[in-house]
Amino acid sequence: MEILLLIVWIVILFTVVMLHVAYATYFERKIIGHMQVRLGPMRVGWHGLLQPIADGVKSFFKEDIIPENADRPTFLAAPIICLVAMMSSLAVLPFAKGWVLADIDIGLLFVFAMSSLASYGVVLAGWSSNSKYSFLGGMRSMAQVISYEISMGLSLVGVMLLAGSLNLSAIVEAQGDRFLGMYLLPQCLGFFVFFISMLAETNRVPFDLPEAETELVSGYCTEYSGMRYAIFFMAEYIGMMVMASIGTLCFLGGWHGPFPVPFFPPLWFVLKVYLFMFIFIWIRATLPRYRYDQLMDLGWKMLIPLALANIVLTACLKAILT
Amino acid sequence: MSRPLMQHLEVPVPDGEGERYSLRMGPQHPATHGVLRVDLELDGETILACMPQVGYLHRGIEKLAESRTYAQGLILTDRLDYIAAMANNVGYCVAVERLLSISVPLRAKYIRTMVAEMSRICSHLLWLATHALDIGAMTVFLYCFREREILLDLFEELCGARLTFSYPRIGGVRQDVTAGFISELQRFLDIFPSKMEEYETLIDTNRIWLKRTVGVGKVTGEEALALGLTGACLRGSGIDYDIRKHQPYDAYGLVDFEVPLGRDGDIYARYRCRMEELHQSARIIQQCIDQLPPGPIVGPDAPDLVMPAKASPRIAAGATTYGAGLIKLIRDRGPYLAGDIYVATEVPKGELGFYFISDGSSRPYRMHIRSPSFIHIGAMAAIAKGGLVADLIANIGSLDIVLGESDR
Repeated sequence: MEILLLIVWIVILFTVVMLHVAYATYFERKIIGHMQVRLGPMRVGWHGLLQPIADGVKSFFKEDIIPENADRPTFLAAPIICLVAMMSSLAVLPFAKGWVLADIDIGLLFVFAMSSLASYGVVLAGWSSNSKYSFLGGMRSMAQVISYEISMGLSLVGVMLLAGSLNLSAIVEAQGDRFLGMYLLPQCLGFFVFFISMLAETNRVPFDLPEAETELVSGYCTEYSGMRYAIFFMAEYIGMMVMASIGTLCFLGGWHGPFPVPFFPPLWFVLKVYLFMFIFIWIRATLPRYRYDQLMDLGWKMLIPLALANIVLTACLKAILT
Repeated sequence: MSRPLMQHLEVPVPDGEGERYSLRMGPQHPATHGVLRVDLELDGETILACMPQVGYLHRGIEKLAESRTYAQGLILTDRLDYIAAMANNVGYCVAVERLLSISVPLRAKYIRTMVAEMSRICSHLLWLATHALDIGAMTVFLYCFREREILLDLFEELCGARLTFSYPRIGGVRQDVTAGFISELQRFLDIFPSKMEEYETLIDTNRIWLKRTVGVGKVTGEEALALGLTGACLRGSGIDYDIRKHQPYDAYGLVDFEVPLGRDGDIYARYRCRMEELHQSARIIQQCIDQLPPGPIVGPDAPDLVMPAKASPRIAAGATTYGAGLIKLIRDRGPYLAGDIYVATEVPKGELGFYFISDGSSRPYRMHIRSPSFIHIGAMAAIAKGGLVADLIANIGSLDIVLGESDR
């Protein structure tokens, strides 16, 4: 019975997240459109509201091309690895008090593990396509994820030290009910590092090197088409949402807001996640792209030392204050 | 993996066991600005050798010109650098006028200078748009297109075309400008500086933009001269060479403008040069508007090279219909001087030269086009070598090439 209930919850979560992913693309296209003095989707439905549905249907019915020289099993598995890894990290995210599928004690670590796993999908996709552009995209992704995973992990150590737990619900609770208790204030250095690493981790501008359109055509997913391409796309957006959620939970106080809302507990959480999404999109509309070696420089020479300094600082402060 | 692309080139093998592979970039690639193919020998992402391949857009324009009269050849020049067709038209007309010793009335000279500079703004805006897009700044692309659209609308009002104008004529221009056109142009000039500020705010002081452009794709002044670079690519390296200034044609000798120079010869210097040129172009257009003298728009000694008005007595005398009259006019041109001439003009991309050999007939015996894009593509191999793939893309954008002009 309990398992059945869990399955129902999983299905509900899946549906809701998928809907959010679909409309996150709409959100992005609309916002970027208006920032770039154009309208974004306008044709399908009122102000293009049905555009994501139309896109979904389109990619579903498109021809699925598998290159002749591709490594078939890996080629087929890669997008699925991406999506599954990203989806499973949703399980540990608390959307409101008690609204979590698996309230495990190593929640934060689990999310890291899953996002690292998702980069396997990208690397494998790049390798198995047997195309040089895909291969370069896969290599870039590998290098990028390895370096930025470290700085992101380190940037959150400060939060772990303050909260004394890896359980995401416990981290939110540790920030207290007060709005100003959020870790953004004591952990601003950590947040800075986390935010930049988060952009790199999700392959967003200015770190969208693995799929740099003007250099590598479409990077690791050059050879993918139809639904398989859409799966990569979905995985990327879920990745963005997961990272935005981690940011919200660890730095912005999760579901706590300036005043409580009784009827829909996760409201503040959702708003904060969308604030992150908006910033993602804003950055995409503004910044150019880093070069491969500059990205490495930034990660290893700036972010990792900063994150380490943050850890030392936080640990010292905590030892002094308690 | 595959057949080596550049057996004839000596590609250095780096120390260690670095694994080399070749990559054909293009002719269908989002960043090669048309149908350029670049064969690359790579070690990881480092370019060991780079060999651009052109010819995918070859249409035999130089050969076609031999079978056309000078007036008919004009439309071919629209298809050279289609981003700035007006500048090519002007260049062609200037060359033919010098060849055939045809004088141009002052008003026509001013109008031609004005439209050539409008064309330069169009071209530079498109360059900025695609260059920024290549480096990843997406919004600048649409901002530039917004302003370019105003100019294209103005061109449409002037001559009915937005891309292939054929507006200047040998010995003048086709139609006179209207008061409405001038006032619209003035309105564009009034808003243009604030729009320029917008682009510069977005990219000029952006750290990532600076990282991607400063010190990348360096060309010293001597190298630039040796490679035959012209236009902003040469001036970015600090060489003061602008045909508009040093061998003025049309009304360039009568207007006041500066030739912006760079110092470092890197992508950023070329970028700054072109941005300054945009300001200078706006300045030239403003002066053209202010000084525009009244008078005829077609010279008196070239009546049969421009399309005569329908009521022209020469048409009525020669033929029963308008069309037949035109054909008769084109055939019945008097003998011209035989000889050859090379005339260069400053188009947005650099030095566009026309070399004519005339045998005295109404058609050129031979026409050769010295197109800046072709020579800039040739320089790409030297500039991109040793850099990364991402730098190559930035360099292609920075050299500002158009394949229609390169392949002719």
